[in-house]
Amino acid sequence: MNNIIVYAETDSGKICDVSLELLTKARGLAERLGVDVEALLIGSNVEKLAGELYAYGAKVVHLADDPCLEFFRTLPYAAITLRVFNTEKPQIALFGATTVGRDLAPRVSSALKSGLTADCTSLEIGDHKDAKTGKEYSDLLYQIRPAFGGNIIATIVNPEHRPQMATVREGVMKKEPLAQPVKGRINRIDVASILVDSDFAVEIIKREIEERKIDIKGAQIIVDGGYGVGSKENFSLVFDLAKTLGAEVGASRAAVDAGFVENARQIGQTGVTVRPKLIICVGVSGAIQHTAGMDQSKIIIAINNDPQAPIHKIADYSIIGDLNEVVPKMIASYKKQSK
Amino acid sequence: MSKEFTIVVLAKQVPDTRNVGKDAMTPEGTVNRAALPAIFNPEDMNALEQALRIKDKFPGSKVLILTMGPFRAAEVIREGLFRGTDGGVLLTDRRFAGADTLATSYAISQAVRKMNPDIIVAGRQAIDGDTAQVGPQVAEKLGIPQVTYAEEITDIDEKKVTVLRRLERGIEVVTSTLPCLITVHATAAPCRPRNAKMLLKYKYARTANEEKDPANEGKYAIGVDEKPYLRIQEWTVDDVGGDENSYGFAGSPTKVKKVENIVFKAKESKVLSGSDADIDSLIGELMANHEIG
Repeated sequence: MNNIIVYAETDSGKICDVSLELLTKARGLAERLGVDVEALLIGSNVEKLAGELYAYGAKVVHLADDPCLEFFRTLPYAAITLRVFNTEKPQIALFGATTVGRDLAPRVSSALKSGLTADCTSLEIGDHKDAKTGKEYSDLLYQIRPAFGGNIIATIVNPEHRPQMATVREGVMKKEPLAQPVKGRINRIDVASILVDSDFAVEIIKREIEERKIDIKGAQIIVDGGYGVGSKENFSLVFDLAKTLGAEVGASRAAVDAGFVENARQIGQTGVTVRPKLIICVGVSGAIQHTAGMDQSKIIIAINNDPQAPIHKIADYSIIGDLNEVVPKMIASYKKQSK
Repeated sequence: MSKEFTIVVLAKQVPDTRNVGKDAMTPEGTVNRAALPAIFNPEDMNALEQALRIKDKFPGSKVLILTMGPFRAAEVIREGLFRGTDGGVLLTDRRFAGADTLATSYAISQAVRKMNPDIIVAGRQAIDGDTAQVGPQVAEKLGIPQVTYAEEITDIDEKKVTVLRRLERGIEVVTSTLPCLITVHATAAPCRPRNAKMLLKYKYARTANEEKDPANEGKYAIGVDEKPYLRIQEWTVDDVGGDENSYGFAGSPTKVKKVENIVFKAKESKVLSGSDADIDSLIGELMANHEIG
């Protein structure tokens, strides 16, 4: 009771990264609150995935495993989620901000009249005093998210209603398994006793799902490598920084033509145009053909040892230094400060 | 005779947050809201096109826009009329103010119930909040199925609608019973332009409150008694009924605790060395502004 429940989304028979990231975050929140982390797993033939959820700290896996649940459909999934939430009364419920989470979570929150904050970039526990009534609340979930096209950051709280619900995008939070999995257990949900005929009003006629493709267009953060990175091997620096920050890797045409990375990552006039909230240009000179595809990014950080490189003209932050030293320092600094 | 459908399009007037360039910021580095024009939410425009296509295919069908907002949001309904809708309703009342997505969806669901449509379409999300919640919440309140992330309504008959959905890595084709609510994704077909004839016909369509506004004095030569189609309806809480405590601020479980403007310290390029101290302060600043998680 009053624990934290993370919706464990699956994709092609695997737990989605975003759900594992949420479990990692939920462990920190649960420790602060002195409660447990649990997971809700819905699908067909998914029981075997429970072990991975234990590895990320879920002490209970609420499992709805039935052939009729093979693919996500709003109504049956919402009915099961509602049953679990009404029985377990979690104080916090977290969903990935995926096409599934952003379809399911609002439906559920509406039925529970509980409120929901979309696409949070940070979750914290803290106290709150209502400005009007003066009533004080302790240990609420601070749901922190950008709004207004990313120009403001709002902290949302949910003082009176439970569960406090939030969605978070993939890659925003860190994913870290426990050194030792918890000894979890399964709480099997009797699917047949919950679902009714009208829950199957939507029928799936066809599904065509592709392998995960490189998609730098949709990325919030991009690490953009140029010819100055020097070699295909050295591009691992760019990938390391991207992985640390939950970013995608982009590249200039010169870097792609030199064979450092694949074509799909090319930014610029002959590649894709990107507009992330943050782009870190590593060893990019800043030719107009390249900057035309990224100069509308909200924050531009340039790392280049040549102070005269044109990239510095459009950068919000110019780091004049050797990328081979600066990039590892950034990774180390982030890891140190994000603890 | 083929079926005539009633389609309600949920649309919102939003500030154009997409064009918050570096010039739309104040010298203090905060958003200059006054500099942002109010526009028809882009994905609601995609939804409108899907609704108009049903009307093209089934003449006699009615497309109505439902919007909620201040008096000036009537502009959204006029935009619809210029493109071929049959009318609309503006939900406007101080008692709706301060609503989060739940209270908003309650108000909208109450109005939709009164309009009794076969199908409801809306944009996937609005660009001022990007929550994508109001569509599914309205569907839940009405107790009807929802189909989100639609790219195209490919078929519709009296009993069911077929929808192509655009997912992260592919597509899905689903059918749903009617009535149902569909949210439309930006990859759907763009909306048709304004029709010159409709523009002439509806240029002076207005709400009662717009008529009362002294700023519009002398603007409306033709009375709505003479041409009733020029009247845009406004509904208040009293018109849609329901539980008054479920509206507005009181009906909103989520509260905004704090709002921080993102302040860009480096309006001019800030030059850093590769020293540990410089890197630490840069990473720290990005984390403090939630640019990195």
